[in-house]
Amino acid sequence: MSHAYGMPVAAPHTTTTNSPGRIMLLVMMALAPATLYGFWLYGWPAFYLWLITIMAAMFGEAFCLRWQNRQAWAVLLDGSAVLTGWLLAVSLPPWAPWWIGVFGGLFATMLGKQAFGGLGQNLFNPAMVARVALLISFPVQMTAWMGPVPIFSPGAPGSFEGLLIILRGMPSGLDGLTSATLLGYAKTELSRGVDLFQSTPHMPVLSFFGNRPGSLGETAAWLILAGGAAMMALRIITWHIPLSMLAGITIPAAIMHAIDPGRYLDIGPHLLSGGAMLGAFFIATDYVTSPNAPRGQLIFGFGCGLLTYIIRTWAGYPEGVAFAVLLMNSMTPILDTYFKPRIYGRDSRGRPLQTAN
Amino acid sequence: MLMSVGSLAVMGLTLGSVLGVASRYLAVEADPIEAELQAMLPGSQCGQCGYVGCAQAAAALAKGEAAVTLCPPGGKATAEALAARLGVKVDLSKVSDKGPEIAEVTEEICIGCCRCMKVCPTDAIVGAAKQIHNVIREACTGCSSCVEVCPTEALGMMPIAVTLQHWTWPKPASAHH
Amino acid sequence: MGFLDHFLKAPSWGVHPADHKRPAADAPLRIFPSPARVFMPLHQHVGGVARPIVLVGQKVRKGELIAEAQGNISAPIHAPLSGTIAAVGEVTAPHPSGLPFKAITIDSDGRNLWADVEPLADPFSVAPEEIARRSAQAGVVGLGGATFPSAVKFALGKRLKVETLIVNGGECEPYLSSDDRIMRDFADQVVDGARLVMHAIGAKDALVGIEDNKPEAIAAMRVAAAPYPEVKICPVPARYPMGSDKQLIQTLTGKEVPSDARAAEVGVLVHNVSTCAAVHKAIRLGQPLVERIVTLNGGAIAAPGNIYAPLGTMIGELLAFVGMKEAPSRLILGGPMMGTPLLHDRIPIVKGASGILAFNAAEAFVPEAGPCIRCGNCSKACPMGLLPLEMAARIRIGDLEGAAAFALSDCISCGCCAYVCPSHIPLVQYFSHAKGELTAAERSRLRTDATKRLAEAKAARIERENREKAEAAARRKAEREAAKAAAAQPGSAASAAVEKTEGASA
Repeated sequence: MSHAYGMPVAAPHTTTTNSPGRIMLLVMMALAPATLYGFWLYGWPAFYLWLITIMAAMFGEAFCLRWQNRQAWAVLLDGSAVLTGWLLAVSLPPWAPWWIGVFGGLFATMLGKQAFGGLGQNLFNPAMVARVALLISFPVQMTAWMGPVPIFSPGAPGSFEGLLIILRGMPSGLDGLTSATLLGYAKTELSRGVDLFQSTPHMPVLSFFGNRPGSLGETAAWLILAGGAAMMALRIITWHIPLSMLAGITIPAAIMHAIDPGRYLDIGPHLLSGGAMLGAFFIATDYVTSPNAPRGQLIFGFGCGLLTYIIRTWAGYPEGVAFAVLLMNSMTPILDTYFKPRIYGRDSRGRPLQTAN
Repeated sequence: MLMSVGSLAVMGLTLGSVLGVASRYLAVEADPIEAELQAMLPGSQCGQCGYVGCAQAAAALAKGEAAVTLCPPGGKATAEALAARLGVKVDLSKVSDKGPEIAEVTEEICIGCCRCMKVCPTDAIVGAAKQIHNVIREACTGCSSCVEVCPTEALGMMPIAVTLQHWTWPKPASAHH
Repeated sequence: MGFLDHFLKAPSWGVHPADHKRPAADAPLRIFPSPARVFMPLHQHVGGVARPIVLVGQKVRKGELIAEAQGNISAPIHAPLSGTIAAVGEVTAPHPSGLPFKAITIDSDGRNLWADVEPLADPFSVAPEEIARRSAQAGVVGLGGATFPSAVKFALGKRLKVETLIVNGGECEPYLSSDDRIMRDFADQVVDGARLVMHAIGAKDALVGIEDNKPEAIAAMRVAAAPYPEVKICPVPARYPMGSDKQLIQTLTGKEVPSDARAAEVGVLVHNVSTCAAVHKAIRLGQPLVERIVTLNGGAIAAPGNIYAPLGTMIGELLAFVGMKEAPSRLILGGPMMGTPLLHDRIPIVKGASGILAFNAAEAFVPEAGPCIRCGNCSKACPMGLLPLEMAARIRIGDLEGAAAFALSDCISCGCCAYVCPSHIPLVQYFSHAKGELTAAERSRLRTDATKRLAEAKAARIERENREKAEAAARRKAEREAAKAAAAQPGSAASAAVEKTEGASA
């Protein structure tokens, strides 16, 4: 009966069935409806771009791991590289050329993540690092927004045609389909001295259901909202960051629009155009690069929203979610240091509670 | 072109001389950390480090002549404290930390010569002439000075056994660096 | 702001692991037949090791004192069966290190004869101190796992004028059901024990916290407590670690124990239900603590259930009694969340042994640890509101002081963080390691200080000796010179006589 069990294993002797892979998979499933809608809205090229970006992100990760003599497959299976590539892909212009996806995917996992030491070590959101790098390096390709050409509608490119568009660039005949996003259009007009009262009638349409020019997967606010709600229900994310980020955009937008409706856009365009929704639910909520404690998360989220609004309104770029998230990412360690949860038996500053007697 | 090169050169020279003068006349006396270092050492003056006593060892440490790992009775903890104070990085995994040891008298061989009592820095050995000596475990610092003077090799160093009270969980062997 | 507080401060601590308590909890209590030999350890409690007072070959009866308490915080040890002292030796401790500790071996005579006992007929008429004294004599310690000598806690509660006794029937650890069983089968003893403890500490009421996954125990306790309105049965939500003192106090009274204080300082004292039953036996029956209910559970056991067994019984014998389906892949003393892994089964059960778990391969499977993805599940689960991820990250790079700054010392090692960690990082082991190292560092610092004092004392002694020698030498010299001077000065008869004698002797 006597039997030796070797090295002791510390308690607890039971553990959850949760894993990083499961979490990433659930996030991808939450993101899938908005992405599928993007494929439908922008056709085959969008699908190919999405595929290329994810492949590039995975390749970048695998390459770095092999370089460190680590098993690439085991790490790739946790799905974090796929998710990074996916998040980058849905923030790209849907008909961007193939090399945008390749460059972005490699940049995201190699410089945005593995250079910091891999999963859990990066200071900045890898997908947003890559998006900003692309935006600064290739501003023309990164702002060539497609108008909706639903996949089986007349005039939409077929599966082979779509591949050619991604590989060879846009054929000249289709150039007319590109248009500005609402935020971009408003900014351009304002910079020309045309106020919003005059430019509004010509603005691209705004749609809660996503039927507008924009990034691959960030137009369908309702699908993103549904995905976010599903993640909250599954307790993958909490409400703190998404709600405070949307509040950070809504509150200044409401105030400024009330002051001068001719210069400042209303809440609707701010929330439904650009990447506000995607940013709030999928980008800013990244575990690694956001604070841990609820109060820190509220400040982080509000900061993301506020900076987004400031960049959109007064800075040179029409869209600011990526910049705002990166700026707030750099604040995460500070927020984590100063906004810790209250410890049982201690006050909020960490001193032991006073006893009555 | 000449103008800019000239002006930069003049600026460089001026600032350089200001820095030189400042370093000469505003020099700060080196922080007297000797006393602080000495406080970190056990103070038993056992001389195992090769210096006469702890004060001399502290002086050598302050001048950077001695390694922070010089003190065997202090062990890893002292080396860590010294390294932290001196701001040097040291690979403590290579320190041969045999773990704490204390002296023990083999009673059959002890002749009661009293030599060990005299060299013990902490008066941890009790006994009298022609009587078997003994080590007070709680007071022994493990400096092993007594081992060297014992004429009969009755004194030896024994590792302190790990007990239930002193056992600690090892750091988890993490697959990830 | 109140609305926001509701969201921010909602009590969301803890975890809800599958409890695996049934069918073991529902199986009737079995009595373990008296073992042929027991190994009674001398250190089954917090505090000083008991000192043996028996000799090898001596005959003892069940309940007879075999080792007495040593020091203020300690507990005596009694013979768990009648027989002969076979040895005073060592046995493997129920400890992850597998190191040995001292134990008295007793060979059974098979008769299981109780020693003479002196029960207290009317304990409520005696002074509260008498209850504490008798509990101390009976070797009663906290049976929930902490094994702190109960009498010491009684004295503390009496001194700090504790109003409320909390009886801990939480038993939040999965798999375990020994407290459940004692409440179902011996509810009268538990309630009576609780009333005795109330008398000992001068408490006005008792709150019995029982997790709501034990409806049978709640029903049995309600019946037993019906005649005593001061003993209130309070079902609490089943959530791990509800059985932890601080969390149970918070749930039942809303009070929070300050991090540097004891529960008694906020007017409550917590005692386990099994401890109450042990107090009842010690006072009403005069029987010392020599037996307890042990849960035997886990996938490798054929007939899991609760066993009433003498202390000092080898775990291997208990496992053989309930039968094994397969060789266990892991053996645990206590529950799966905080239990001690055992290296083998030649280890005796002790006062704090609430259960023995024999896990099969599937239950014992440990997924490989991955990198921290900072998901924050650990800090959400932590019942103390700590940040396990930040502490572990610092301990991993050897920054123990950095981890201590995150209030590592407040960690209760409940295991919630490691349980919920999706990357399966052994967080509790990180914290146990760091706590041990920090304690060792503190010990070595104290030792260095002591060395310094001793070295200074020696230096002072040598200096004093030298000074005294020098003074003595100087005094002798002065005397000699005075004598010389006296001799050199003629006219004094006395000095001349001295000189003469000196001359004669020379």
